[in-house]
Amino acid sequence: MGVSRRCAAEQRGAATVAGEIRVSIHSEADIVAARQQGRALAAELGFSSGDLTLIATAISEVARNIVAYAKRGEILLSHTNQGSRRGIVVVARDEGPGIPDIAPAMQDGYSTSRGLGLGLPGAKRLMDEFDIASQAGKGTTIVMKKWAR
Amino acid sequence: MTDQGESTIRTESAGALVRELVAHFREKREPLRRQWVEQMTAKGLLAGLTPQEAETESITIYDTCVGCLETGKYDAAQTYATRMAERSVLRGMTAEQINGGLLTLRDVYGRSLFERYQGNMKRLSEALDVYEPVANKILSIVALAFIEEREKVVREEREKVVRLQQEVIRELSTPVLQLRDGELILPVIGMIDTQRARQLTEALLRAIRANRARVVVMDITGVPAVDSKVANHLLQTVQAARLMGAAVIVTGLSAEVAQTLVTIGVDLSSLNTLSDLQSGIEEADRLVGYRVITTEATMARNAET
Amino acid sequence: MEVPILKQGNYLIATIQAALSDAALLELRDELVERVGRFRARGVVLDVTVLDVMDSFTARTLRAIAHMTKLRGARAIIVGIQPEVAFAMTQLGMTLEGVETALDLDGGLAALRRGTKGGGDRGR
Repeated sequence: MGVSRRCAAEQRGAATVAGEIRVSIHSEADIVAARQQGRALAAELGFSSGDLTLIATAISEVARNIVAYAKRGEILLSHTNQGSRRGIVVVARDEGPGIPDIAPAMQDGYSTSRGLGLGLPGAKRLMDEFDIASQAGKGTTIVMKKWAR
Repeated sequence: MTDQGESTIRTESAGALVRELVAHFREKREPLRRQWVEQMTAKGLLAGLTPQEAETESITIYDTCVGCLETGKYDAAQTYATRMAERSVLRGMTAEQINGGLLTLRDVYGRSLFERYQGNMKRLSEALDVYEPVANKILSIVALAFIEEREKVVREEREKVVRLQQEVIRELSTPVLQLRDGELILPVIGMIDTQRARQLTEALLRAIRANRARVVVMDITGVPAVDSKVANHLLQTVQAARLMGAAVIVTGLSAEVAQTLVTIGVDLSSLNTLSDLQSGIEEADRLVGYRVITTEATMARNAET
Repeated sequence: MEVPILKQGNYLIATIQAALSDAALLELRDELVERVGRFRARGVVLDVTVLDVMDSFTARTLRAIAHMTKLRGARAIIVGIQPEVAFAMTQLGMTLEGVETALDLDGGLAALRRGTKGGGDRGR
């Protein structure tokens, strides 16, 4: 498990927010690390406590996806600004088998309430923005964003 | 000399003159910069800066200005001005201080040119023709950067106030009332969008925890339009309450609306619905284990009327 | 075993103390099922107050615990799901359908004693 904090500290106002945080995902223990780091970053960005849980849960789901299907990958956590809004950016990347057909995977029925399936539609519901690119044999990259209210 | 947005044919002699001025300013950098800092100190423009900060900033500004003269491009100045505006506004340095500082620098640069070309009015005039537009351009870039930054801060403040007000309004419009020990009533009134549904759910869940409620009567008589989206929001509210151990009784769902929803395909089978609030309360009592007893006095009174 | 399991009369009470790894969660499941059989427990209260995130694996395992203990004759009640977690779960479509819930430990024990079903019930 590796967690490295590349601190490109940007002095903005009173708070310093770190640059990108990378969490490598090898095993299920890394899932907890990824969501804890995500929660911490989101807290620094000023998200409400309810949103912290949503973000941590979404990270947990995509990280779990990596472990289950790709065996290894990484989660990159960073922040972004849009006008006066601050947002958290979560990138989940792996070089696993990929999802050959994304459409059905993103359908609500795929991740059923029984907790089976890819969990991706769920993660999408929890975040504000969700983009997925995947190619069979090449891997999957997911970019999710949430904006602080 | 090219100005941003304009294109000027740079003649050989103009190009040579620019290079000469740039070399002059670079060669004289230390004395001129120090002179500048002294003058700013004398005018009190460096209040709030440590000597080290004054050193670093003045070096960067000096070099950036000379760079603009050399390249004819102002990107570096723009970037620096924006960042300076952000930091200064936060540190409480005034626009007057910044502007005053730059005006002083302009004078220092200008006088050095006078000194260099004294005795050659023609050459001095040519040098000023090259130098002055650059200096003015930089000054206006900085002034604009400050104005924009200030406007941005005001705007952000205003947005924050509006957001807080909206928060308060939303809280007031989703009251969760305790009916009896362990029983909550949530009268939902008005249109339900995703934001409001979430507000509602959060308020309800917090109330369930605070009141240790085991039953919630959610009355939706006051919701004007119940389509499948709204129905799903309400379903999720019910599900979330259940996860916290509270049963939800939904009242006010008219038969017509129920029919429509079922036709659309919304699964209402998991909902406990009753037609009106009164029935809902009675059902809630039953679930919690309350029994309403009419006293003899009241019975007698009722018999009379 | 990371999770302490107490016996109170006919009931077992398990309180999760910190975020559990997948393996630990499965161990808890097996341990509860085993003890229900061993002590002929009639009820199990599983306190998840401390969990700040409930993801699909945890939800799946909680359902498994409820079903497996039921097969051995005990009612399982999950207690302590926090408001934010409950909200996130419904967003994710994890409703723990068919699993009984209560607000907290007291609520869970009361539900067991009442013999009536806790929150998972439709209220009918």
